Parts: sequence; structure tokens; C-alpha cells
Amino acid sequence: MDGFPILLSIVLAPIIGALIIILIPEKDEMVIKITAALATFVSLVLSLYAFITYDKSVGGLQFLQDFIWVERFGINLSFGVDGISLPLVLLTAIVIFTGVFASWDMKNRSKEFFVFLLVLVAGVFGVFVSRDLFWFYLFFEVAVIPMYVLIGVWGSTRKEYAAMKLTIYLLVGSAFALIGIIALYLYAKGQLGYGTFDIATLSTVNFDIAFQKFAFFLMMIGFGFLVPMWPLHTWSPDGHVAAPTAVSMLHAGVLMKLGGYGLIRAGVFLFPIGAKFWAPLIAVLCIVNVVYGAMVAMVQKDLKFVIGYSSVSHMGYVLLGIASMNYLSLDGAVAQMFAHGIMTALFFALVGNVYHKAHTREIAAFGGLAHQMPRVAAGFLIGGLASLGLPGLNNFVAEALIFLGSWRVEKILFGFLHFRVLSILAIFGVVVTAIYVLRVVQKVFFGPRNPKWDHLTDAKGVEMVPIVILVGVLLLFGIFPSLLIDTINVGIEPLVAKIAAAVEIGGIF
Amino acid sequence: MIQFAWLIPVLPIIAFAVIVFLTRRMQMVSALTAIVAMAGSLIIAIGVLVQVFSTNITIAEPVELVVRWLEVPGSLLIEAGVLIDPLSSVMLFVVTSIAFLIMIYSIGYMKGDPGFSVFFAYLSLFSTSMLGLVISNNYFLTFMFWELVGLSSYLLIGFYWNKDSASDASKKAFITNRVGDFGFMLGMFFLFLLFGTFNFQELSVAIPAFANKTLLTIVALLVFVGPIAKSAQFPLHVWLPDAMEGPTPVSALIHAATMVAAGVYLLARGFVLFESAKTALLIIAIIGGFSAVFAATIGLVQRDIKRILAFSTMSQLGYMVMAIGLGSITAGMFHLTTHAFFKALLFLGAGSVIHAVHTQDIFEMGGLAKKMKTTTWTFLIGSLSLAGIFPLAGFWSKDEILVTALNAGEIFGVPFLGPLFLTLGLLVAFMTAFYMFRLIFVAFFGSEQAGQEAHESPISMTFPLVILAVFAIFAGFIGTPFTDNGFAAWVYYGHPHLPEPNYFIMIFSTIVAFAGILFAWIIYGKKAISAEKLAVRFSAIHTLLYNKYYIDEAYQWFFDKVFLRIADGCRWFDRTIVDGIADGFGDGLREMGARLRFIQTGNLQNYALVIFAAVVIIALWLAVPVLGGI
Repeated sequence: MDGFPILLSIVLAPIIGALIIILIPEKDEMVIKITAALATFVSLVLSLYAFITYDKSVGGLQFLQDFIWVERFGINLSFGVDGISLPLVLLTAIVIFTGVFASWDMKNRSKEFFVFLLVLVAGVFGVFVSRDLFWFYLFFEVAVIPMYVLIGVWGSTRKEYAAMKLTIYLLVGSAFALIGIIALYLYAKGQLGYGTFDIATLSTVNFDIAFQKFAFFLMMIGFGFLVPMWPLHTWSPDGHVAAPTAVSMLHAGVLMKLGGYGLIRAGVFLFPIGAKFWAPLIAVLCIVNVVYGAMVAMVQKDLKFVIGYSSVSHMGYVLLGIASMNYLSLDGAVAQMFAHGIMTALFFALVGNVYHKAHTREIAAFGGLAHQMPRVAAGFLIGGLASLGLPGLNNFVAEALIFLGSWRVEKILFGFLHFRVLSILAIFGVVVTAIYVLRVVQKVFFGPRNPKWDHLTDAKGVEMVPIVILVGVLLLFGIFPSLLIDTINVGIEPLVAKIAAAVEIGGIF
Repeated sequence: MIQFAWLIPVLPIIAFAVIVFLTRRMQMVSALTAIVAMAGSLIIAIGVLVQVFSTNITIAEPVELVVRWLEVPGSLLIEAGVLIDPLSSVMLFVVTSIAFLIMIYSIGYMKGDPGFSVFFAYLSLFSTSMLGLVISNNYFLTFMFWELVGLSSYLLIGFYWNKDSASDASKKAFITNRVGDFGFMLGMFFLFLLFGTFNFQELSVAIPAFANKTLLTIVALLVFVGPIAKSAQFPLHVWLPDAMEGPTPVSALIHAATMVAAGVYLLARGFVLFESAKTALLIIAIIGGFSAVFAATIGLVQRDIKRILAFSTMSQLGYMVMAIGLGSITAGMFHLTTHAFFKALLFLGAGSVIHAVHTQDIFEMGGLAKKMKTTTWTFLIGSLSLAGIFPLAGFWSKDEILVTALNAGEIFGVPFLGPLFLTLGLLVAFMTAFYMFRLIFVAFFGSEQAGQEAHESPISMTFPLVILAVFAIFAGFIGTPFTDNGFAAWVYYGHPHLPEPNYFIMIFSTIVAFAGILFAWIIYGKKAISAEKLAVRFSAIHTLLYNKYYIDEAYQWFFDKVFLRIADGCRWFDRTIVDGIADGFGDGLREMGARLRFIQTGNLQNYALVIFAAVVIIALWLAVPVLGGI
């Protein structure tokens, strides 16, 4: 497949799918769904191909493609993936493919739904494969706008409020990032003598310490909205809850990862000194994410809110991995993004399944649901076990790497607080997680049979597609982690080298 | 055979997968799949055991087989590795043989249960987890299987998940163990930080050379938190009695060969760490000794046959932990081995009784000796072995612990520790004999209950009882002070300490055990002293013991009144403060817009007025220099 534009095809496949769906009459629902499934299947197969054939012995950016766009400003449509973005491309492909099947029962204006969904995912793919910061930003906006419509039209619980909140938060965040990107562009132009948005070229520029502090701060806030970093997080549980199933899957599974990815690619990679300065702040806030997120999840009444806050908690681990800034922890951060994406997509697919049939998500209304829905119960339990970091599932490996990495940091914050105390608190998070996950599983699925829910049917046929694929991925990378970690290693290595070369300065605390 | 040792944990997981994906609807095929896989593991385990003892593989020079599992260049290398030495090979044999017998027993016990196939799948998963834990060559891998043991116990304790009590118990077991794992994980990370490896062999070289003993003590105690939970030691023992909610074969498996044994095994496996931190060792011994007495006192007054056995397990594990804390992994592991056989026997016997009379309250049983001969005989053998009556298995292993206790003073250089731990040990021995024979006199020899139609259980259930009874009698002979080249010559730390016969302890412990039995007979057999009157006389103590010192209630209170309230506070803060500020910001902007809106009146005269005013102001502004005002 030499010369085949593989990354371009990954991005274009959903867009072409969307264009075809526009031409299909609304009443042919089945044709629309099959088209959507096929379009995402193409992306999935190509992503898998790229993931498998990526040459780890060479490393760096591969599958390169360049199209000159606006030469005067140095904006090019240029694609390429490395060990950091490749797993996230694969993640996106898996989540959207399973997401289409999780939306198989979409009846209300399904044509428009799938069009928006496919455009959204094209934007997400675009972010991960862009080597050009301008396009990186542009693709991000492409992903956000359909989200507004998808939640506003097809959502539930306070959907207008949630859609507005989510969009405004994300746009405010991206505004910070945009200022950072423009400042970066201008600074680099002054140094290089010509303007460019190419990330690899930008990373060769010697930014002075003051600028790094300033620019990293903007990136931290901008992408911090997305991750979401406490206290910029409240859009995400509301958004999760309001969004329709497939959008929740994409939203929690992939969209939040844009934040972590942006923070690594446009933050730590370009401004390692700035990152060293701000890392203690991220570290402190991420512990709030982890512990506080888990505590809030414990007392939620709506099933989706539990998962929403659990995402806040789990993304805290990603931030801890980034803030610890060493090989193990950054490896873990990327692995955690992948693992959390798969796990949370599984959760939302299952909750969507239950909600669609029972028309409620209130935990107290359920009980003994495993009698009627044994497969859903099994899937949910596996998702829960992944969530609480059970060995044998992907999340354990990611969290263990983050913990091991953060454990090595010898910083002292505020003059007395050893960084390891933060690690211990983060590790304590897994105890709290175990408590709330097992409580929810018990309250919803275990206990005597409740005849009220006898009309519910278990997941079957098409509904099993997301469950089987997502559980399979969790197990595969849990039992054979090097399949994933070896690729991530290749991506993190140059990043670690850059961090090591950066001047050591004191942190903010 | 050693090159196939990795198959020992792998075969049961294959059985698990086959049952879950293929044979779930065919009950007998599922059971056979699990049993055949387990038999395969057992045969390999026996082969490994024989080879280890015939080729002089010692704990200092074990055999390792490794494959790369997870690597981060220059930072981390975790291997999926197998470690074969006398310690692991003995444990592999114990686990596989008992799991095998329990599976056979389960065919009869679980007959007709709708979850029959799943039960065998879970048993296989449990076996894999435990065998993996035993065989792995590094802390990280051990920790992974350690957690999987937690998962398996969660699934099996909650096997009757439609009962709230069962799902509560399974959740409690998992969470309590999670607390333990938290400590274990921290300790393990410290080890990696200090020594850069998880490998047991590499650590056994590196740890003794490490100078900072205070740090080692902290690390050792953190690792020990894991066994506290897993081996049900005070104060993380609360899950164990509730774990009786699982089907009885599961209780047998948890209490004999898997799960609780894992904690003691880890102490033995990682002994170099504890040995290097004497303070930690002493704390381990104290917690073990305390748990042994604590649980035995609770066991004195329980009415539920399985609960009596549960507290007996906790007490016996305390014994083993104490032995290891006093520096003898030989005594601890020896008792673990013999205990595994007679405790499995007792639980399966209890299961046979419950199967027959459909109650677990010993005071609702009685006269079973006439109706269930095999069960009664084997149960009696198990109880005598547990009580430590010569020459049954429990006698030899308990004696070795008592001898270790007697010598405790020398290890720590504090002379009074020896008599202290010996007294604790003898006290436990007395109480053990008492509560076991209380059970026997009430349930098996008491007056028959009217209307109770008890029958002997089917052969698939009695056959394992007989086999285990044989072990309960003879297993001790591998390690008596009169055995040459026995247990102590193989399973030891540093140098083997071959036991010397200590006739004083042998005679004294036998007297104590008989005293316990006699006392039980006086109260419950001959009824010379009324048990009811005693209970009334000492009602405060009785209530305290019966309610397990109210520790569960204290934890529940803490969870409900402290933990959940904090969580509620966080929720309130998130919705009211964090979100309030964000929403307030939005509302503020909207409010501002709403005010500004009134400027846009649409009235042309107003606009003209504003324009005119603006023009005047600008004109004046421009005119200032001309007019020379300033």
C-alpha cells in the first residue's frame, strides 16, 4: 500500500459517508445506517492497518502526506502519525464504529443524526492526524459544532442547557488555545524568518523561558477545559448525561482525549520548560479530579452521571501522567487515554441500551436487572472492573504505569508536600473507585428479580457488536499490553528526550 | 516437568473460557471440562514437586522461566515469569489437589443449581488466579493475580447474587481486600523505586544489602497490609465471616487452599524483606497472635456451623502469620499445608451436613452421627486434627509453631516474648479444641431434632471427604521432628532449622487440647454445666463476642456517617459552588446584555440625539487646543 493516502482516507471516509447519506431518502433508514457503518468500517480497517504496519524500529511520524494550502502563511494540510497519535486514531475508529451500532435503534431524524455524527468524527480524526497546528485547530472546531446540534436535538435531560454549556466551555477553551497558537506562530516567525504551523519545525525553535511559561499556560487552560481539568470540568458530566448514546461514547471516549493529546503535543512537546513550571499546578488539580471526581460519582442518582464523574476522575490520571513528566508516566497517560476511551464507550453503550428500553437511568429504580439482562450486566461488570483497575484489563496497565512514573518524581511542592503524597492520594482513588463502581453494579444488577422490568430484553444481535468489540479490546490489551505500549514507547521517547534537554527551573509551587 | 510448569495456572483458565463460551448449556460437560483441566494441573504439579525434590532445587537456587510482558526501555521491564522452588511447588500441589477434590465434591453439592456451569467456570478462574499468584516470579505479577483472586472471590461469594446478603458480602470482600491491596501496591512501588526491580530473586540479593532499615520497615509494613486483608487478620478481617454467603465448596476453597492462604504465602515468598526489618517482623507476629486469640474468642459462641469454621480459619491464619512473624516460614508454611487439608475437610463436611439438614444453626441439628456415618467420622478426624491431637497432621504443625513461639525471645532479643507468644498459642489451642468439640457434641451427638430427615450425601461428596481425611491424618508426617529430610529440610529461609523433638511442648499442648475437649463435653456433651446459664451469667461478654466486638458496626458507621457525608459535601460543592460560579458568569453576561438592550429602542429621535451629543462632545474635544482651555 505504498503511496496510498491512508491517513487522508481515514479522515475522508466518514465525510464521504456523510455526503452519501445526504443523498439517501430519509425513509431508507436501514441504508443510511449501513452506509454509516461501512464508512466507519473503512476508517477502522485503515486505522488497524496503520497501527499494525507502523514501523516501530524507525519511529517518528509515518504515513506522511502534504498538501500545500496557504503558502503565504505557511499553512499546509499535512498528515502523519507517531506512537502517541496512532493509538488515539485507532481508539477513535473503534469508538465510532461501535457507536454506529449503539445508535442502531435511532428513529428520530436518523439521516441528519448520522450526517452530524460522521462529520464530528472526521473532525476528531483530523485533529489526531494533523501535523499542522492550524489544521489541528480547525479540525477541533469541526468536531465541536456538530456536538452542539447532536446534543441539542437528540439529547435528553436538560439537553439545551447541556448543549449550550458544553459548546461555550469548549469554545472558551479553544479560544485560549488559539491565542497560544497565534502567539507561538508569531514568535516562531520572528525566530525562523518565515511563518509555519508545522509542529515538527516549531519544536526546533528555541523559545525563551518567559514565553514558554506564557504559552504553556494558555495551552494548559485551553486544553484543560477539554480534558477536563478541575474546576473547568462541569460541562462534561452534564454533556455526557444529555447526549445520545453514540455521542456520549464519542464525547467521553474520544473528545476528552483531544485535551490530553493537545496538552502533550502542543504543550509539553513544544514548551518543555513551561511544562516543568506549570506541572505542579496540574498535579495538584488532577488529584482533585481523581479523588473528588470519585467522591461525587459515589452519590449520584443517575447512572450516566456516575459515569460522567468517573470520567472526570479517570482523566485526572491522564493529567497526573502528564504532570509527572517522565517516560513511564507519559506512557501511562497515553495508554490511559486509550483504555479509558474504550471503557467509557462500553459503559455508555450499555447504559444507552438500558435507558432505551427502560426509559429511566435512575439507579434507585433498578435492582436485579441481571435477571432480565444478563449480557448487559456482564458487560457492565467488566466495564466496572476495568474502571477500578483490575489486572487483566487494559486500564490496569495504564494506571500502573502512571503510578510507577509519578512515584519516581522527587519534587517537593510548597516546600513541604512531597510529590509522592499526591501519588498516594491518586492511588487511593482506586479504592474509592472500587466502592462506587461495585455499589452501582450491585444496586442496578444484583438482588431479587423485579417484575417491573420483565419487559426488558437482553442485548442481542446488533446490540452485541459494541459490547463484544469493546470488551475484547480491553481484554486483549490488558493481557498483552506490549501490543499497545511498544507503539506508545516509540512516540514518547523523543518527548522524554526533549524534556530531559530542557533547562531545569523551579515549579510554580 | 518443570518446563511445563506454566501450564499449571493456564489450564484452568482455558477451562474457564471453554465453559463460558462453549459449554455453558451442557452442565456435565462443563463440570468435566473444569475437572479434567484441574487434573492436568494436578498431574503437572505432582511432576514438578517430584522433580524439585529429586534434583535439589532449593529456595536459594530456584528455576525461573520468563517471557517479556511489558517493557518501557530503560525504565521498566516486567516479565511473565514462573518461579519453581520447594516453596512454590509445595503450594502448587496443595492448591491443585484441594481444588481438584472440591470440584468433584461440587458435582454433588451444586446439582440442580441453575448456575451449575458458571460455578465451575468461576472455580476454574479462582484456581488460575491462585496458582498464578503462587508460581509468579515477581511482585508485579503476583499482585496482578492477587487482585484476580479478589475478583474470583467476589464472583463466588456473590454467586447467589439475587440474595442481597450475598451481593453485600461479595462487595464487602472485594472492597476490604482493595484496602489491603492499596497498601500492598504502595509497598511494591517503594520496592521498585528503591531497587529498580520486582523480581523476587533479584530483590532477595538487593534487600539485605540495603542500609536504611527504617525505610525497609515502612515498606515491609505496607506490603504486609495486603496479607492483613487477604488472610483476614485484624483489623481487615471483616469480610471473612460474611464470605460464608457463597456456596459451601467456595468457602472450603477460600479457607483452605486459595485466597486466605495467599497472604501467608506472600509473607513466606517475600520473607527476605520482612526478615531485614525486625520491627516489621515483630508487628506481624503481634497482629498474627492477636488475630488468633481474637477470632478464637468469637468462635466460642457462634451458632452457625460455617461461621464457627470461618472464625477458626481466621484464628489458624493468625497462628501462621505469627509463626512467620517469629521468623519461621517453615512452621508457617507447614501449618498452612496441613490446615489446608483438614480445613477443606471440615468445610466440605459442613457442606454435607447443610446439604442434608438445610440449616446452618448447630442448635437445630443433632444426632447426625447415626444418620451420616462417613460425614461424621471424617468431620471428627478433621476436628481432632485441628485441635492438634497426636498423631494427626495438625498436631505436628501446631507443635512446630509453639516451638517457634517458645524461641521468640532469642530472635528479637527480648526474653519475655517467648513465654508470651507460647501462652497465646496454648490459649488458642485450648479455645480451638473447645469450640470444635462444642460443635461436634451439639450437632453430631446431641439429641435428634424432630422431623429432620437427614441422609448421607452422595458418593461424589463423600469421596473427597475420605481422601481429605487421609491427608488430615497423615500429612503431618512429612514434617515431624522424627522425619529425616522432611518439610523443614526443603521449605526454609536462609538455613534449614530441623525441628528437635520438644517433649515438654508436645505433652503440654496435648493436655491443653484434651482439656478443651473435656470442657466442651462437660458443657455440651454431659450438660453438667448449663450453657444457657453461662451465657446469662456473662451476658455482656457473650453479647460482645456474639456480635464480633461490633467491629462491623463501627466500619458501617464510619462509611455511612463520615465517608458518604464527605461525598455528599463534594457533590454539593460541585453543583453549587463550581457550577454556580460558571452559571453565574453566564447569567452575568446575559444580564449585562439585557440591560444594554434598552439602548436599542428603535426610536429614531433617540438615535439622532445620541449622534448629536456625540458630535458635540467630539467637536468640543477637538476645539480644546484652539480655545486654549488647558
